Amino acid sequence: MSIPVGPGQEVGSPAAPPIIEARGLTKTYGAGDVEVHALRHVDFTLAAGEFVVILGPSGSGKSTLLNILGGLDVPTAGSLRFRDLDLTGMDGDELTNYRRRHVGFVFQFYNLIPSLTARENVALVTDIATDPMSASEALELVGLEARLDHFPSQLSGGEQQRVAIARAVAKQPDILLCDEPTGALDVETGRLVLEVLDQVNRATGATTAVITHNVAIGLLGDRVVHMSSGEIVETTVNAERASAAEVHW
Amino acid sequence: MSALNRKLLRELWQLRGQMASIALVVATGVMTLVTMRGGYETLVEAQAAYYRLARFPDLWVSLERAPEAVRAKLETIPDVARVETRISLAARLDLPEMEAPGLALIVSLPERGRPGLSDIVLRSGRLPAPGARDEVVVSENFATARGLVPGDSVRAIVNGRAWRLHVAGTAISPEHTYAVPPGALFPEDDRYGIFWMRQDAVGPAYDMDGAFNEALLKLAPEADTAAVMAEVDRLLEPYGGRGAYPRSDQFSHQTIQGELDQNRVMGTAIPVVFVGVAAFLLNLVLGRLVATQRTEVGVLKAFGYTDREVGRHYLRFAMVAVAVGTLAGAVLGARLGRAYVDLYGEYFHFPDLRYALSPALLLIASSVSAIAAAAGALTAVRQASRLPPAEAMRPERPARFEAGILERRGVGRSLPPAGRMILRNIERRPFRALISSIGVAFSVAILVIGMFMFDGVGFMMNLQFEVIQREDLALTFQEPVRASVSHQLERLDGVTRVELFRTAPARLRAGHREREVGLQGVPADARLRRVIASSGAVHPVPAQGVVLSERLANKLRVRPGDELEVEVLDGRRSSGSLRVAGVVDDFLGLSATMSLDALHDLAGGAPVVSGAWLSVREDRRADLYRSVKSMPAVAGVASPARMLESFRTQMAESLFVGVGFLLGFASIISVAVLYNGARIALSERSRELASLRVMGFRRGEVATLLLGEQALVTLLAIPCGWVLGYLMSFAVVTSLQTDAYRIPLVVSVRTYALAAVITLVAAAASGWIVRRRVDQLDLIAVLKTRE
Ligand SMILES: Nc1ncnc2c1ncn2[C@@H]1O[C@H](COP(=O)(O)OP(=O)(O)OP(=O)(O)O)[C@@H](O)[C@H]1O
Ligand SMILES: [Mg+2]
Repeated sequence: MSIPVGPGQEVGSPAAPPIIEARGLTKTYGAGDVEVHALRHVDFTLAAGEFVVILGPSGSGKSTLLNILGGLDVPTAGSLRFRDLDLTGMDGDELTNYRRRHVGFVFQFYNLIPSLTARENVALVTDIATDPMSASEALELVGLEARLDHFPSQLSGGEQQRVAIARAVAKQPDILLCDEPTGALDVETGRLVLEVLDQVNRATGATTAVITHNVAIGLLGDRVVHMSSGEIVETTVNAERASAAEVHW
Repeated sequence: MSALNRKLLRELWQLRGQMASIALVVATGVMTLVTMRGGYETLVEAQAAYYRLARFPDLWVSLERAPEAVRAKLETIPDVARVETRISLAARLDLPEMEAPGLALIVSLPERGRPGLSDIVLRSGRLPAPGARDEVVVSENFATARGLVPGDSVRAIVNGRAWRLHVAGTAISPEHTYAVPPGALFPEDDRYGIFWMRQDAVGPAYDMDGAFNEALLKLAPEADTAAVMAEVDRLLEPYGGRGAYPRSDQFSHQTIQGELDQNRVMGTAIPVVFVGVAAFLLNLVLGRLVATQRTEVGVLKAFGYTDREVGRHYLRFAMVAVAVGTLAGAVLGARLGRAYVDLYGEYFHFPDLRYALSPALLLIASSVSAIAAAAGALTAVRQASRLPPAEAMRPERPARFEAGILERRGVGRSLPPAGRMILRNIERRPFRALISSIGVAFSVAILVIGMFMFDGVGFMMNLQFEVIQREDLALTFQEPVRASVSHQLERLDGVTRVELFRTAPARLRAGHREREVGLQGVPADARLRRVIASSGAVHPVPAQGVVLSERLANKLRVRPGDELEVEVLDGRRSSGSLRVAGVVDDFLGLSATMSLDALHDLAGGAPVVSGAWLSVREDRRADLYRSVKSMPAVAGVASPARMLESFRTQMAESLFVGVGFLLGFASIISVAVLYNGARIALSERSRELASLRVMGFRRGEVATLLLGEQALVTLLAIPCGWVLGYLMSFAVVTSLQTDAYRIPLVVSVRTYALAAVITLVAAAASGWIVRRRVDQLDLIAVLKTRE
């Protein structure tokens, strides 16, 4: 059961305090004739521990929004807070620090380091984290305890994506940002990956935002955010999160 | 180990070929630095120690004759710390079977004890006993060449009288490390020796009892050398003083200093070239690495690695290559340095010569290569650290292509598509192609400078033996003989022409400048030996006056028309004045030629000659050679044809060794530049090439596309390298020019061709290595990877 909410309005999870609060986020690329408005005055809140799915057609600004939330990119205008931290106007080093302490990323194309094994790819992140779980623990969490010493080239796409998830969660991030984590995978594998994400969210309480093109995946989230042409056009709240096994696409 | 360092190690291993080639370039640079520069430092230190040991003087002055009392006057000159006086005179030696006359420089030792300045270092035996009139210590080189040991004896002709001298010992002296007989170009140890004898033995024989004709001075530290020299000259003027000269004009010192300077210059220049090439290669390889690892950089940054951490990671690639190269270069360089110093040791005779690698030099070598590596890695590291993380997550935009300048001018129109692809690739990255070309051009240039020396010497020798020395046989007599000897020679069967000559050791003086030379008297109508300029032009022998080598004229600061004072140093020791009739720009040394008749007039006494040049009938040459050689008056017979032949064999041998070294050096640069260039092109274009293969292109066709660029770079580099090599050769010729000779700047077609061929072979070798990679291109893997 989902409740539609009108554009511009915000529905956070009432139970938890906001962990991320964005106001009037705007991102434009280029200038003059070729100016592209990737984001137009987006207000967005993430409540601690929630699982949000972001939906929208290609070019609607999903990745831009996620990159800004994760401190990979900076908005042209608008403000952004992480808990008590004002991310607006932070310089590169401060953003790096923010990412280092609080954010985990999962990318569509896994982006593992080909010269490192699964365990080492995870260790790459735990090396610089303050309170990480061990690399093997993280890989166990994604069900890859048997493939610790395999190189990315020896793993299937789904396995690689699970390593990427392990890498993202190993540092116990406050926010887990996933840009089309199932985009390059078949249905079954995609389902497996989503299951892992769901499980991680429940187990670690990491606030999770997942971008997808797939409307059905929306059922997995506490909330679904619809984007179009750089704006959030609709937000729906799921009364109950479905499990990955229940979702069909 | 951190995961990031693990990545470093694995990727270094993946790039091992490229990294090894860079390390090799660095190693070569460091090796030359450690060998040549380290050798230089060792030699300079040994030289200083030797000078201290032998109390090497600061000033020399020779004079006609001054009573011993004058010494006290010299000692009172301010800033003069010590004075030593001695007698120093030339004597003829009676040496069997020599082509040229034997000569000794007799140098006196104090009546007892050792000289206060310019001491000798005994190598065997002992000093002459005080009062022993016939005892002599001979220079070690001469003793070795003549097989003399203490107890042997030598016959010298002093003031016309034969004198049997007993060898008491052998010795070396820094004054005579490089002992060149008057009028000669190189040391001739088998006919020229330094003889040290007690002053009370030399004095009476030369009518120099209680007198001296040479003074040596040691100056106080920071003395005003010019002022002391002026005062010495003023004091000795009444005694026929010939002008004081400092160490920098002392022949042995000057020669060794020249050799050392050359080591210093080469030991700096070569490493600079290599380190520069290494920096360029690192720039190329790391630039490419960062470009292919854009997303990896993005991931690292997304997870919170700082820009500095990422930059440092890529910098480490460069540092590892350089560290390995530096270490290998230092180890090899130290070994080679030892051999190198030993080689010089044999030649310089420095006592206690041991190569020691100074920590300072190692520090310089490693920091210079580290700095070069950092400079080379700079753009790549900056690129990596500046890449905004979000940007890094997007793939690199496809390379932009357009018809370049060359193509728009119509150059490409006639080319097949493959040719056009190659051309466009070069035009897209013209700067990189240019730098690659410059790198390869350097290796061509290194080959050219290495080999042109042999061209120059060969040219000189051809000029000498085929244009200047046109006689078939050259005779030298034991003793000067009457000119009537020519009738006897003409009567020999097969002799078609006889020309007599006379060589007289003489001292030429202009103002306070002077030079000892072998004054050569030749018939005015000489046809067998003529005065030849370096251009090959013939200078007529003037009836009056003397023709000087340009360099000799420069030393004496005289021009045609000027007057010279001449003192003939043998026989009657007559003197007179001579007009400079001409100056000839020749390669070899310091020659002074005049007509035989004029020399007879100058020397006075009976007209005697030192030797004769003969033209002989070809069929009689061998017989004549033998019969002339056995004539009692004849000291030696030389056949220019034989000399040229033996010279050529010797040249061929040293050519072999020299070229071997250069070949190594130049190939390292060529292979490193071309191999890395091709590897990077392969990495940038593997998708394109794999697609072509999928479309049905053959391996060879695909390889042509890839290697065509490197081939073009090489072809472009060769003519540039020739020009660069010529310019560098010019610099080398100018810096190596010495008193004795200069190497003509002649570069033969063979040298150019050989340089090109060697470079092409190196290019082909590196092409072949990369070609194998193209053959092994895993089509599926390449096409599967996301761009
Ligand atoms: N670096 C850039 N320069 C110019 N325009 C850009 C840049 N990055 C993104 N854009 C534009 O911004 C808009 C939003 O891009 P964004 O990547 O956020 O879309 P998206 O919703 O993630 O699309 P997709 O589902 O295809 O990944 C697009 O129109 C895109 O072309
Ligand atoms: Mg996107």
